[in-house]
Parts: sequence; C-alpha cells; structure tokens
Amino acid sequence: MRRLQRFRRFLPLALAPMRLHQGRAVASVLAIALGVAMGYAVQLINRAALAEMEQAVQTLSGTADLEVRGPRAGFDETLYARLARREDVAVASPVLELELRIAGIGPVAPGSSDSTLRVLGLDVFRAGHIQPELVAMASDAQSAASTDMLDLLRPDTLFLSPAAATAFKLKVGDMIALRAGLGERRLRVAGLLAAGAERYAVMDIAAAQQAFGVTATSGTSGTAGTAGTPGTAGTPGLINRIDLRLRPGADTQRTQASIAAILPPGLFIEAPRANVTRNTMLTRAYRVNLNVLALMALFTGGFLVFSTQALTVVQRRSQLALLRVLGVTRRGLAALLLAEAGVIGLAGALAGLALGHAAAALVLARFGADLGSGFFRGLQPELHFAPDLLLLFLLLGLLAAFAGCLVPALEAAQASPARALKSGDEQEAFAPLRRAGPGAGCLVVGALLSLAGPVNGLPLAGYASIGLVLFGAVLLMPWLAALVFSHLPEATGIASKLARMQLAASPGQATVSLAAIVASFSLMVAMAIMVSSFRQSLDDWLTQVLPAELYLRVPTGVDGVFISADEQQRIAALPQLRRADFLRAQQILLAEGRPRVALLAREIDPADPARMIPLVAEAPPADATKALPPVWVSEAAADLYALAPGGAMDVPIAGRNVRFRVAGIWRDYARQQGALVIERSLYVGLTGDHRATDAAMLLSPGVTTEDARRAVHGVLGGDDRVEFGEPGEIRSTSLRIFDRTFAVTYALEASAVLIGLFGLSTSFGALVLARRREFGMLRHVGMTRRQIAAMIAHEGLLVSGLGIAVGLALGWVLSLILVHVINRQSFHWGMEIHIPWEKLGLLALALLALAVLTALFSARRALSGEAVRSVREDW
Amino acid sequence: MLLQIEALGKTYHGLRERRVLRDISLLLDAGEYVAVMGESGIGKSTLLNLVAGLDRPDAGRILLDGRELGAMDDDALTVLRRESMGFVFQAFHILPYLSVAQNVALPLLLAGAAGHGPAVQGILDAVKLGDRGDSLPRELSGGELQRVAIARALVHRPRLVLADEPTGNLDPESAAQVMALLRERVKSANAACILVTHSHAAAATADRVLILGADGLRPA
Repeated sequence: MRRLQRFRRFLPLALAPMRLHQGRAVASVLAIALGVAMGYAVQLINRAALAEMEQAVQTLSGTADLEVRGPRAGFDETLYARLARREDVAVASPVLELELRIAGIGPVAPGSSDSTLRVLGLDVFRAGHIQPELVAMASDAQSAASTDMLDLLRPDTLFLSPAAATAFKLKVGDMIALRAGLGERRLRVAGLLAAGAERYAVMDIAAAQQAFGVTATSGTSGTAGTAGTPGTAGTPGLINRIDLRLRPGADTQRTQASIAAILPPGLFIEAPRANVTRNTMLTRAYRVNLNVLALMALFTGGFLVFSTQALTVVQRRSQLALLRVLGVTRRGLAALLLAEAGVIGLAGALAGLALGHAAAALVLARFGADLGSGFFRGLQPELHFAPDLLLLFLLLGLLAAFAGCLVPALEAAQASPARALKSGDEQEAFAPLRRAGPGAGCLVVGALLSLAGPVNGLPLAGYASIGLVLFGAVLLMPWLAALVFSHLPEATGIASKLARMQLAASPGQATVSLAAIVASFSLMVAMAIMVSSFRQSLDDWLTQVLPAELYLRVPTGVDGVFISADEQQRIAALPQLRRADFLRAQQILLAEGRPRVALLAREIDPADPARMIPLVAEAPPADATKALPPVWVSEAAADLYALAPGGAMDVPIAGRNVRFRVAGIWRDYARQQGALVIERSLYVGLTGDHRATDAAMLLSPGVTTEDARRAVHGVLGGDDRVEFGEPGEIRSTSLRIFDRTFAVTYALEASAVLIGLFGLSTSFGALVLARRREFGMLRHVGMTRRQIAAMIAHEGLLVSGLGIAVGLALGWVLSLILVHVINRQSFHWGMEIHIPWEKLGLLALALLALAVLTALFSARRALSGEAVRSVREDW
Repeated sequence: MLLQIEALGKTYHGLRERRVLRDISLLLDAGEYVAVMGESGIGKSTLLNLVAGLDRPDAGRILLDGRELGAMDDDALTVLRRESMGFVFQAFHILPYLSVAQNVALPLLLAGAAGHGPAVQGILDAVKLGDRGDSLPRELSGGELQRVAIARALVHRPRLVLADEPTGNLDPESAAQVMALLRERVKSANAACILVTHSHAAAATADRVLILGADGLRPA
C-alpha cells in the first residue's frame, strides 16, 4: 500500500518528460488511436450486419426444429406430404422462396442497385405454427382497416414486409408487377406484415406456384423439378424448403437421420441454426481478413510507440540512471516507463474508440453494412453499443502501447547506472539487439507456418506466419545495419565520409528508424503486390472468359426468368449473329451445411475445354470405354469439396446422383462458393430442360453490337427481363466492383502507411535532435551548416535506402504468403503474382524523399546557435 | 564509525584485465569531510561507485553504519542510497523537465515523504536559491545548477554525501562558492562527505586530504 501511495505521488513527476516532447507523445497517441478506430469500426459494422442477417434468417425459420433444403430451382412438393404424415412430425410447413424482378422499378436502397423482391410462398395455416412472424399482420389502424384475412389465400394478392413497403414506396391497395417466366404478373398489396427489416413479401404457396409457373415437369414424387413451366391443374408444384416442427418428446437427431435416409439426391435436412451458421460462414473469411488488416494498423501503431519510446529512453539514459542512483529500484524504473506507455495507450485507445464509433455510425448511415464483400448489400442495420468490443479494443490499445515500451523499459532498468550516467553510453542500449538468433528463429518458424493448412477454414497459420516473418525481419535489422554500414564503400566529401563513419560505428539509434521503415514499407509493398496480382489476374481472367462480342443473361439471383428453347432458336437464326452459345445456370446443394454451388451447363468441347474456360489443372486423358462424363470444377469447389483432377464425384441432377469424372480445375472469380461446368447436351438429356439463362454471341461481319442488341431484344419481346453486356463494359464494371471491394482494404492499408510514416518522422526527428551537442562540436571545429546538413541528409538517405531495399524484399515475401496462403485458404482464389514496379518505385522514391526531408527539417533546429551552446551544457 | 572500507579491490575484466583499486582502506566518522585526489584514471570515480553500491568490489568490504554492502542485493542497495546518501556530480545531472524545487524534492518523493514543501524551501534558502524554486534548469547558470545539486544531495539529511568533481565545470569564483557551501551544509547536517577532486583549492576545504595511488589510499 505504501509502495502504491509512493508511486502515485511520484507518478506526475515521472510523466513530466512527456510535456517536453509533446509532439512525439501526440504522434504516439494518434497512432494507437488510428489502429483502435479501424479495428473497432470494422467490428461494429460487421457485428451489426451479422446480427441483422441472423435476425432475418431466424424470422424466416421461426420455431422450426429441422429444415429440408434442396436446389434453388426447387423440388417436388409431394415430399412435403410424406413428411407431414410422419408420426414424429407435428407440423410441416412447405416454403417456396423466389427472388423476383419487379418490372419497371429502379434502384431503391442506398448502395444497392437491386430491384428484386424475395417472395415467400407459404401455407399460411401451417406457417402460422412455425413462423408466426411471417404471417402476423401489422397492427396499425390503416393496415388493419384495409386487410381482409381471406386475401391470404387469394391468388392475386401478397403482403409486404415494412422494409419492402418503404423501399418500393408501396402501400396497401397498390399494384406491383413481378417478372414471371416469359411475362409478368400483377399482384395487389393486400396488407403489411408486422415484422421484417428485410425486403420480402408473403403470399399463398399454391398461388405463387401458379403465378410464377413453378411446377415439376414430372409427377414423380421426389423428382427435383425444372421451374418455369406454366402451371396446370394437377401438375405437382415445386418448393425449395420444408420446415418441420417435431412432436414433443421426438428425438431430433433420430428423426433427422431417418428423414435424411429417404431424401432424394440433392436434398438435405438440417437444423435451422445451420442456415445462420452457413450465412455467417459465407462472410467469415472476409470479416477475419478485415480484422487482421485492422490489427495490422494497430501493430504499426504499437511499433510507432516502440520506436518513439526506444529513442526517448536512450536519449534520457543518464536521466534514468540518475533516478536509479537516487534510489529508484529496477522494477520502479520499468514501472515508471510503462506508466508513460500506459498514458499513451489509454489516451490513444479512448480517442480511437470514439473515432471508431463515429466512423461506424457514419458508414452504416451512408453506405449500409457492406464493406465491399457484397454479402451485406441492402442491409440497413442499426449500430448498437457493444461493451465487450469496447473493452476488447481498449485493452488492445493499451497492449499495443505496453508492448511497444516493454523492451526499452526493461533495458533501461537493467542498465548499469554508473556507466549510464556518462554520456556516450547510448550505443550500449542497442548492443543486445544485434544478435541475429531471435530474428532468424522467427523467420524460420514463420516460413514453416506458411506451409500449414487452414484451421477450421481460416488461414490462422498464414496470419501467424506473416506476423512472425515481419517480426523476425524487424529483429534482424540491428544485425543487418551493423553488417551493411560497416562495409559501405569509401566516400568522397567530408559530409558523406562522416555520415558513413557515424553509421558504421554507431548504428544503434538509426536501427530504430530503420525498423520503422521496414515494418511499414514492407506492409505497403505486400498489400500493393497482392492487390495488383489480384487485379491483373482478374483482368486476365475476364479476357479469357469473355471471348464473345455480346452477352446476355438473366440477372443474378433472380428466379423464374429464362430464355426458352424457342427463343434460343430464333436468336441463333438471326442474321446479325454468326454464332450464339447458350448456358443454363442453377444453384444446387452438394453437401449438408454448405452453401449452394453453381451448376453451369454450357457448350464445351471435352477435347479442348481450355478454349471455353480458364483451366489451371487438367486430368490425364481417360480410358474411353470406362469414361464417366466430365465435369470441370472451379478452384473454390476443388478446395471446399476436396476434388482433384481424375477423381470422381456425384452431382445431384434431376433428382438423382449422376457420377462424373473431374476432368479439370478452372479459375472462377465470380462464384466464391464453387462452380461446376458440364456439357449442356448431357444436362438436357438428363433433365429435359432446354431453357437457358445466359448467352454468348459472336456478330456477323459488319454488324454493330447495337444492331445485334436490338435484334435480340426484338426476339425477347422488347422487355427488360435480361441484361445485355459487351466485354468491355463487363470488364470495366467488374474491375470497378473489385476496386470498391478493396476500398476498405485500401483504407486500412493507408492508415498503416500513415502510421508508419509518423513513426519514421518522429524517430528521425528524435535522432537528429539527440545529436545536437555533436553538431555543436562540429560547428566549433569549422564544419559549415551546409556540410552538416549534407551529412544528415546522407545518413537519412543511407538508412532509408537500406530500409526500402529490405522492405521491398520483405514485402515480396509477405505478398507470397498473402496470395498463395491467405487468399487461397480464405477465399479459394488462385492468382498469379504481378509486381506493380511503377507504383512501388514511386512509393520508394516518396519514402526516400520524406526521410531526407524529415532529417533536414529536424536538423534546422539542431544546427541553431542553441546547438553550439549545448556543447557546454549538461544535456 | 559511519563508513568502514576494508582492503577494497576492483579489477575490470575486458579485452585486457585492469586492476583499478588495490587494498583500499578508509574509516570515516559522521561529520568528517575528506578529499580524495589522484591522477586521471587511477580509480577515484570507481571508489565512489563502490561506496555508493553502484558497483561490486572484487576484494574487501564496505560497511555503512555497520551494514555490509556486499551482503545486500540491488534493491536493498537502492533503498540504502535513497535513505542514507546524497550525490553531487561534475555534470550536475539536474532533470531538465522539472523545476528547481521539484529537482530538489526528488529524494523526499522517492522516500515517500508527504508535506515536503518546507524542507525543500528551507534547503533552497540555505543555498541562496530560495526565490528560484519555480525556475527551470535552463534558466540557471552553472554555479546555480550545482547549488541545486547540493540542495538535492542534502534535503533528505543523508548520512553520507559523495561528491565527484563538483567544481569540474565551474569557473574559479563559482567553484569557491560551491565548495564553501558544500562544506557548510555537510557540516551543519552532521553528514560525512567524500569529495573526489583534481582541484587543490577544492581539496583544501576538506578536513583530510588523501591521495589515491597504485599502492592504495594514503594521506597527502
């Protein structure tokens, strides 16, 4: 207690040095604040978005114990009747979920260009038992007055969620036209639902099947259907989900297993929680990546604290030795220095939390929750106070500051007071850092970790690898500095001679600046190479996958819209087109608990698939007599489902498993959850489904794309059910989306760069100011100001030159880990390394110039008359 | 006897071994003021460092108030310095970011003394800097800074004062004033003092002058 009281009385005096060097203290506080703000804001936004998404999913799932899910196109509804008759099932609720294009309405929500509406076809009597929120009506007077409960069963009515009504500016009684098959269907808004932060509508399931032609082409129960055929009485409809509530006392796991055994291929039964988990997993890699980037900003902030504190402690070496002489114990001295760091950390963390909260609120209000991944587009979640996150980032800010100060504090405490009282002892502080062992050890362990696989789908070993390689390189800087600077070639001119001699004999203090340059520049370089590689690979990929001159497609994520067989024939016969290839895309489930993968049935020559898809691996030629039909899987599908060229896989098509041979792996940046390509003729043969969702067209000589577009539009009835695109447009849109996706990454990288440059400026400045007496002595013996300035500039050039060279090499190594380990394991994207030499060259020059300018700016004060007088002063 | 130094020896082990002190013995009573002179590099500062517990001897022992320094760990030696010793250095070693009064108060703060204002003001008055308590070190001359150092060395009424070349950075007039002040304050506090100096004028203010040579410590 006495010790604590003594410490508290002594603390204000111990913190007094910060008043003398306010600039450095402020820079350190800002560095911590920026890192904390980035991380906190990203976490707040992601948490709000996930909570909103989870709430939406839970609203849709209600109180179901189990859910049966299948392909997005739907499966035969007769399965529902079988399950509903089971003794262990209390209620079975069939659901038909469709994303439908609203005819004639433009973008409605911030940051979104969607004009789609999710329509849920429900059996309202059964749904009322399991998802009461979905069928509860709004209780306000206007809605209640205009709602006829029989409207729930009528074929031409639907009910909107509050979010949908607001987004599309619709009220009870209005009409809404939804795109369906070859035409459109007009429905009356019969009422508003009580709940729903997402945009959706509810209508009778039979009415939805009839209205949007969602029926099976075969009456066989369990047959997965082909949606879009106009509904006729007696034809089974399609559904894409069955929610089950079990009888009290029923064993959920046993029931699940029992039902799973009778499900046709391509259908799975799971707990509703799995849907939440699946949606969460979709975004997990992206969220973790953003968090790591934010933490990198915090790491750089901590490193700034280290570089500032290290130099400060060295410069105050004799002052700290005096305190030891006067009676401060080793532990007391370390505690005082750590208290300084604690003040910086606390101030920085509090400022960062306030800044982060404000930033998160601003981003959510103006841009929604989508930070570039695309998964949260359209969500407008609210920001909630999160005390656990607050505490976490407060502690992280403090930890960054303490970690930055720990080594200097321990060194100062261990130093011999008798020696430290004498000036000239400063280099001793850095002597222990010159060992190469710890740094080399970190590099080796980091390299080994880069070879490890993902942990629970996350590249944790990859992240650890990056951290260790970076840390190891920084630890090696004192050793490298001593080695390089002691072997510099002879220089001409007194300024450059003295500069080199100073660095060769006393590299210690320059090492801190060197480490700051290496840490921040290497991260800059690594991110620049990664983003450039990705962008270039995407560009190359687009060039490869867009060989045609005109494309058309059904909008992504929209159901019930397609190009009929008749329309395909008429399009192919157009004189404006030399050739038209059609593709059928749909979403299927390959495994329980996983998101759907895209099944693409297209024209492809099995003998030369690389002409149509960008192959990265191919299986050896198969024995023709035993050959299974080929499937080409995307890199993501290969990673997620452990598929390899030459292996076999079952693909659920038309209600049965069809065995394929994996003929190759292709690169696909469009579908992160995986995609499979099969021959269209095979698909048509298996399913009888001749419809298409995409077309790639080559034009006849002399025909413009505008002419071709008009002609095709004419075949399709002139409506806006499909989208057209030319390769150039698609390419530039794709790259724009890429840049938007990486906007947050760029922002986080920029903050790390900024913090690094802070560190460079403050450490360089501190270094120069600490040598005032030396400069004063040089002025005494006759060196001009200009010569001393040239000497300082030369030192700055050498130190930053070495730092930039090491930073470039280290950044390249880090980029390899980012590209081949982290990106691959997180997002399953392969890419080729592309080094943006021009951009890196400019960055390097800018850093070099900044370092020299900073050194010269600091030298101005160091070269003043005060410096000459300081030769005679204490310190 | 306040301070007993018995057969002290110290050797520095580096590229070449260098024996700095050999068979040094000294007895010092409370109130005694001795000066130690010798050539540069003979080990005068080393002797002070050993007495202050800032370094460990290779031979012999040192007892302060009957307590052997060799038997204490670093923390115990630190506390001993805090409570029983005061220091005056050639380079002053005044903390630039504290005021004059705060610099003088440092030993009392370290000892956990509350309400030390009167003690600080009293010692500042004694060294004739009573009206400079709020000044910053950069506003003082060399002589004034050394008076601050003397005040700091004595504010907590130590048993032993160690002064290492206190006039090394001063002009003759300031040096004379500082030495007179140091002797007066040490005597009035009944502290013992070991003064290491090159200056005969400074040494002349001592009760005894000893010469440190290769063969030990002997009277001048």
